[in-house]
Amino acid sequence: MSEHAIEAVGLRRTYRSRTGWLRPQRREVEAVRGVDLTVGNGELFGLLGPNGAGKTTTIKLLNTLLIPTAGEARICGFDVVRQTREVRRRIGYVFGGDRGLYDRLSARDNLRYFAELYGVPGREQKRRIAELLDLVRLSGRENDRVEGYSRGMRQRLHIARGLLHRPRVLFLDEPSIGVDPVAARELRQTVADLAATGTTVLLTTHYMAEADELCGRIAVIANGTIQALGTPAELRHHADGRQVLEVEAYGVGDAQLAVIHALPGVREASVVVTGAAQVLTVQSDAGVDVQADVLRALDGVRLGRVTARQPTLEDAYVAIVNRVDAQALPVEAVAV
Amino acid sequence: MIAVGALLHAKQLSRSPFEIATALIVPVVQATLAVYLFRAGGEPGRLLEAAVGAGLMGVWSSVLFGSGGAIQNQRWQGTLEMIMLAPRPPALVVLPITLATALTGTYAMVATLAWGRLLYGIPLTFAHPLAFAVAVPGCIIGLGMFGLLLASTFVLLRNANALTNTLEYPIWLVSGMLVPITALPGWTGPIAAVLPTTWGARAVREAATGSGPTWPSLGICLAISLACLALGAIMMTHVERRARAAATLALA
Repeated sequence: MSEHAIEAVGLRRTYRSRTGWLRPQRREVEAVRGVDLTVGNGELFGLLGPNGAGKTTTIKLLNTLLIPTAGEARICGFDVVRQTREVRRRIGYVFGGDRGLYDRLSARDNLRYFAELYGVPGREQKRRIAELLDLVRLSGRENDRVEGYSRGMRQRLHIARGLLHRPRVLFLDEPSIGVDPVAARELRQTVADLAATGTTVLLTTHYMAEADELCGRIAVIANGTIQALGTPAELRHHADGRQVLEVEAYGVGDAQLAVIHALPGVREASVVVTGAAQVLTVQSDAGVDVQADVLRALDGVRLGRVTARQPTLEDAYVAIVNRVDAQALPVEAVAV
Repeated sequence: MIAVGALLHAKQLSRSPFEIATALIVPVVQATLAVYLFRAGGEPGRLLEAAVGAGLMGVWSSVLFGSGGAIQNQRWQGTLEMIMLAPRPPALVVLPITLATALTGTYAMVATLAWGRLLYGIPLTFAHPLAFAVAVPGCIIGLGMFGLLLASTFVLLRNANALTNTLEYPIWLVSGMLVPITALPGWTGPIAAVLPTTWGARAVREAATGSGPTWPSLGICLAISLACLALGAIMMTHVERRARAAATLALA
């Protein structure tokens, strides 16, 4: 058995597209620009990053759906380009969202079909499907058509499908996207149980709490490269020497955000929209009190609660990602 | 795996409201088209041949849209990546889909004949009923294998629909499903000769009308189809790799 479940060295992927016939324009996008990582057997590893950072492309390079433009990757010691079938026998792939299932078939039929495809022996199929339906709590609804399932139920069925052939490595690409909090908690429990049984899991997510709760190690990817890698505790150090001010506001614009970002001592400033309100988060040097200056910059904006606190893993993540963005992009408000 | 896959894909296809509506309307349209075409040509005695030809058009449409459309549907559903990720030869993964579409195409044949009987009183008296009963499934299986060859190109193309639409009418025209090949320009002859659809249509027609021995045509249809299957399997492996390089398995 290979020492590492996942190994990637200098992994790169460029997407090329062409538009127009008379005056064709070629476009190249470098989605992954040299990713190196190793994940041990039985490890639960998180890959975090903003939209377009290269998370899904990295997963698709590792699970054989894409061929790398450069670099190498091995799963359980098998090369993802040359030993595709060996790799596929050992991996499961689950992605978030509504797609990826046969909606007009029942959960049982979906699982039966994928069991055949993934080579689960006929005599074992019935037992395995029943076992997985129990695991993802879909027993009793297995004969209903998938089109009538909620997002959470579909997501659980996705997981069952990914586990049919007892993969040694499971790729979970944002499995909790759009899932309600209760279903997301159940999903986290399922993932944790899997890791406890020795399955190696590579999880991509936007949710910091999810990564913090589940993952032994986390890699933060932005702009196609890994910007930081370590345990959640190690990553928190990226926000060392900082303090955080959170202001609930209604109507903060890009101009005000730019002013706040330019204030002395301010390291990061971002706005997240939550329902009708916005939450302005300002990270500053620990020794500098920026609260008065920030409130002055927000003159005329209706404000709610103002809180000063110590940095969390999420703040460390924002610090890492913004460090990359600052080199390429202007500061802007982000809606979630 | 092929049997279970074909069955479940047929189940998924037959539950689509679009497929159901198409299956209800198209055979009526095609039966009407065929009947009036032959009546206008002053050959009312060949109405059964017309109905069988129209039924075959339905089977071909089903296979073509099944192969092209099903691959595109799989892409839209997000299942194309999932099935291509299976540790199986890509051809084995796609073959059940094309067979399923051929199976649903059988319905097109039956429905066209039934509508022809009901609406236009076409007598369903086959010259060789047993040969007809063998030729129709043989032809359908042959077309399913041909569909695999087509499907290999659809895996590569994100806009597979464009190619599907372009191929529908020329193929049934050149294959002589409705209009005799002899009525077409000479240059279409060699194209017709290599298409399994031509021989399949001929076999079914021969069985229905007794215009010739069914088995040689059916044999040639299946032989060409097997060649298509072999070529399709090789192409599918090549195309799957190219699709992974070009990132066309997913929508974006």
